[in-house]
Amino acid sequence: MPQVILPIGPQHPALKEPVNFKVIVDGETIVGLELDVSYTHRGIEKAAEQRDFIRVVPLLERVCGICSHAHGTAFVMGIEEVMQLEIPPRAQYIRTIVAELERMHSHILWLGVAAHVVGFNTLFMWTWRDRETTQDLLEEMTGNRMNYGINEVGGVRRDLTPGQITSALSRLPKLEEQIAKYVDMVMNQETMLLRFRGIGKLSKAEALKYGTVGPTARASGVDYDIRRDDPYIAYSEIPWKVVTDTSGDVFGRTLVRIGELQESLGIIRYCLEHLPEGQIGVPAPKVAPVAEILSRYEAPRGELVHFIRTNNTDRVERIDIRTPTLANWTSVTVSLVNQNIADIPVIVAAIDPCLSCTSRITILSERGRKTAEMTWDQLSEYGRKSSRERDRC
Amino acid sequence: MLKVTDSLSRRLANWARVRSPWISVFNTGSCNACDIEVIACLMPRFDVERFGILAKGSPRHADILIVTGPVTRKQESRLRRIWEQMPEPKYVIAMGACGASGGVFQGLYHVVDGGVESVIPVDVFVAGCPPRPDEIINAVVACLGLMKEDLARGGKEWRRKPGEAPREPAEVPA
Repeated sequence: MPQVILPIGPQHPALKEPVNFKVIVDGETIVGLELDVSYTHRGIEKAAEQRDFIRVVPLLERVCGICSHAHGTAFVMGIEEVMQLEIPPRAQYIRTIVAELERMHSHILWLGVAAHVVGFNTLFMWTWRDRETTQDLLEEMTGNRMNYGINEVGGVRRDLTPGQITSALSRLPKLEEQIAKYVDMVMNQETMLLRFRGIGKLSKAEALKYGTVGPTARASGVDYDIRRDDPYIAYSEIPWKVVTDTSGDVFGRTLVRIGELQESLGIIRYCLEHLPEGQIGVPAPKVAPVAEILSRYEAPRGELVHFIRTNNTDRVERIDIRTPTLANWTSVTVSLVNQNIADIPVIVAAIDPCLSCTSRITILSERGRKTAEMTWDQLSEYGRKSSRERDRC
Repeated sequence: MLKVTDSLSRRLANWARVRSPWISVFNTGSCNACDIEVIACLMPRFDVERFGILAKGSPRHADILIVTGPVTRKQESRLRRIWEQMPEPKYVIAMGACGASGGVFQGLYHVVDGGVESVIPVDVFVAGCPPRPDEIINAVVACLGLMKEDLARGGKEWRRKPGEAPREPAEVPA
């Protein structure tokens, strides 16, 4: 049978975010996949170079609205290390609580979306109802349901009151009960098992070869988690374990994420009960010395890397953000091959793609050997010109 | 009130439109926070389906288009095309600070200047970064109010300020 190109997106009922797939199919079977993820490219890295350390944190939080704390924390951790600041333990614990609440909201959201794409809307509604608990907690602690703005260079901006701690602790048992229900549902519901088991296989060797990170890698048996392997904020003081699975399919990724939900709940409870007394921040100098630093953070979707270069001013000279979704896309193109068209949404959703993080540009010379640089005006002009040219053809 | 001179089918359609508007969400480069809050609106806690609001995948089925995010240059023409695909009478809600002006992304090299309004006409703006689900519900209800008012006055013309150009989408410069 001849091969056919099936275009999907950027606006499509099955997509929540703008992305363009060119799926090459032979009958119902997928042969290959081409991706265009650049629809949400805004140019944040370049903008971050124009703002000082106070104004850049809110901007970086908006790289992604779902894992905004991840981006904010990765950046301030890097700058604090450059400035050699000693962050008080209370601030570190509050950061950890918000980070784990964010992981919980992200994983519950993902579970709902995964249930939705296989047509199991009951679980979709249930998970999102219970996700409101984490949103309420985040709102109480930080003041916003999304884009929390709790971080600043030197510490956190809000303290937890004893009332907030008791109220948070009192709401955790209910959430725990609901998560236990999801475990039962995912393990026993025929609807989920039929659509998740054996779909989108990725072996351990492939996961390592394509640089997969986060729950996607851990579901293929790669025992790797930055929180344990390179501990930051308060993770080295908290008892918890890394969840892995060996099945390597969508079912495995679901199990890893649900296991992480339970672990996160344990971390939050431990942090709330053992919250150290003291300051929530230290005054930070305005200027950072000349340095290059690689700041790593385990975001809900996997390892997030911020490369930061400072140059003795109150701005960064260069910031490069490697988001987990960017690392995971390659594994999608591999695991989609030889699968059915109907499984595209499940397999794509299984890496929990976040497109607003993902798109980057690099300027290459014609033969692709050298990279080049552009000024702001050139970039601006290029942005206008290229999008118009593309529209014409 | 609806005009009595209208045909029965037209009156029925208008009644249905106000009682059960269908929405379509289009992401023009947002950070996902607004999209998530729109979905949260449809969920049990906020449950906008009690107002008859239904989320639709295709803009061809939608009465209200919710645009999230600053408009990236690549999405500019796609946004206009999607707006053109919607059947009249159509309404647009621009979400959050980004929808209104570009928000924190104002002036970036791959973001159009001036938010959603510079590409397609916007009826309701929602403040916030991101707006809370209750604010989104408020915006949709405000949009329904406009819809009723437009039906009573026979079009959107009454909302045009003196000296303002007719509400047509802006042309793409060649």
